[in-house]
Formats: sequence, structure tokens, C-alpha cells
Amino acid sequence: MRRALTVPKRHLWIALALIISVTPANAETIEVTIEKLVFSPANVEAKVGDTIEWVNKDVFAHTATVKGGWEVTIPPKSSAKLTLKKVESVDYFCRFHPNMKGHVTVTSP
Amino acid sequence: MLNRHTAALAALLLIGAAPLAQAADKPTDPQIAHIAYTAGTIDIEAAKQAIKKSKNKEVVDFAKDMERDHEAVNKQALDLVKKLKVKPEDNATSQALSKAAKEERAKLAKLKGAAFDKAYIENEVAYHKQVNGALETLLIPSASNAELKSLLETGLKIFQGHEQRAEHAAGMPK
Repeated sequence: MRRALTVPKRHLWIALALIISVTPANAETIEVTIEKLVFSPANVEAKVGDTIEWVNKDVFAHTATVKGGWEVTIPPKSSAKLTLKKVESVDYFCRFHPNMKGHVTVTSP
Repeated sequence: MLNRHTAALAALLLIGAAPLAQAADKPTDPQIAHIAYTAGTIDIEAAKQAIKKSKNKEVVDFAKDMERDHEAVNKQALDLVKKLKVKPEDNATSQALSKAAKEERAKLAKLKGAAFDKAYIENEVAYHKQVNGALETLLIPSASNAELKSLLETGLKIFQGHEQRAEHAAGMPK
């Protein structure tokens, strides 16, 4: 019983190492459009290593700001990216227009 | 029978008369364009005054954001009236707004330091509230052109955002 356990355990480590090395290739870019002061989709589900790209169609500068966390500034008629580094579930808003709100849920890959 | 008809006719006339009276007060698209542009210009002027007078970084940053956003809205408004071949028309509402703003600027010009910052931010809260009210209850419902209506709706969201920010700044200890 004890022996039987150790073998799969080693396999598990190999599998884990494989997953980790493979992850960057699987990382996705998720697009969030900003138009007329609305983030859409407002809710994003992503994995660690994924990138969010905000595409700003407005003539106004916006930000995606997490209180006490990350901030991305998206200039007018432009876009900006952020690679998600950790597992978290956070609300974000635009610092210039706090009535603009979004949410990101990041899970482990 | 005759009586009933008369009553029905009277009721019809009454119902019909009310929207007509309202229609007379409704601003036209050229007037709405003028009011919206004036409202933006007023906030840009106020921002310029604050950028020049304030020593508080938070207040100056806020003012710069106001200037940038309202210049962007007004540029869109100008592009739209050009496209629609609408000539913005001066009116009593625009004149009243400009007059009140001129008085406010003169009042603020006499203040300095923290007193100026406080008065500027408080006025920004009150002013954005006032404009939001006008947009929601009068200007947006009155606009007949769909593109103008859409621009006003975006303008409302910008103004609401600014109002929230100004309220937040007003509540902050200086």
C-alpha cells in the first residue's frame, strides 16, 4: 500500500512540472471593451498567467483600478494590457469615472 | 347624450392641452447643443482657475481631469453639430448658466489656499449635480436627434462619474 502510493506521487510531480512549463503557451488574452463608459464584459473569469486587454473606444482616458491593488491606464482610442499574476477575485473601477465598474476572478491554471 | 359627448370632448381637450404646454417649454436641438456645450465650457473655465490657484496636488489633478474630459466631450459635440449641420442657438438657460458661473468664478477668485480648494470642490459637486439633473429630466428627453441624444447620455455618465469623484474629494480630510 505504502509502495503503491510513492509511485503515483512521483508521477504527480512530473505531471505538475509539465503543467507549469506548459502554462505560458496556454495563457489567453481576454479582451474587455470600454465604450460609452461601460466595461464589457463587466465580469471576467481568468487564470493566473492570462492577460486582460482593455480596448478603449471612448475619447476619454480611463483606468482599471483595484483599490489597494493594480492599476492600468487606458488612453483614449487606445488599449492597455495586464498579465494576471495571482489568484484573486477583485472589483475594479475607473479612477476618473468611479461609476464605471468591473470584476475579475482569477483562478489557478 | 349630448352632455356625455361634451364631457368626453372636454376631457380630450384637457389631456391634449397638457403635452402641448410642455412642448412649448421643451428646448430644441440647436438650443440643447448650446446648453450642453456651455455647461462643458463652464467646467473647463473652473478647472483652469483651480489649476492656476490651487497648491493641493489632489485638487489640481482633479481639475486637470475635468479639463481633459470636458474638452473631449465638447470636441465631440462640435463635430456632431457640424455633421448634422445644426447651428447651436443661444438661449435663456445657457445665459443663466454662464451668468451663475461668472459669479462663482469671481467669488472663488477672492479665496486662497485650503479655503479655495474647499469652495472649488464643493462647487464642483453642486454644479455637476445641477447639470446631471438638467440632462436627465430635460435635455435628454427633449433631444430629437438620436446621435445628439446618445452624446448627451455619454455626457451624463461622464458628469455622474465626476460628481462621485468630487463628492469623494469633498469628504476627504485636507
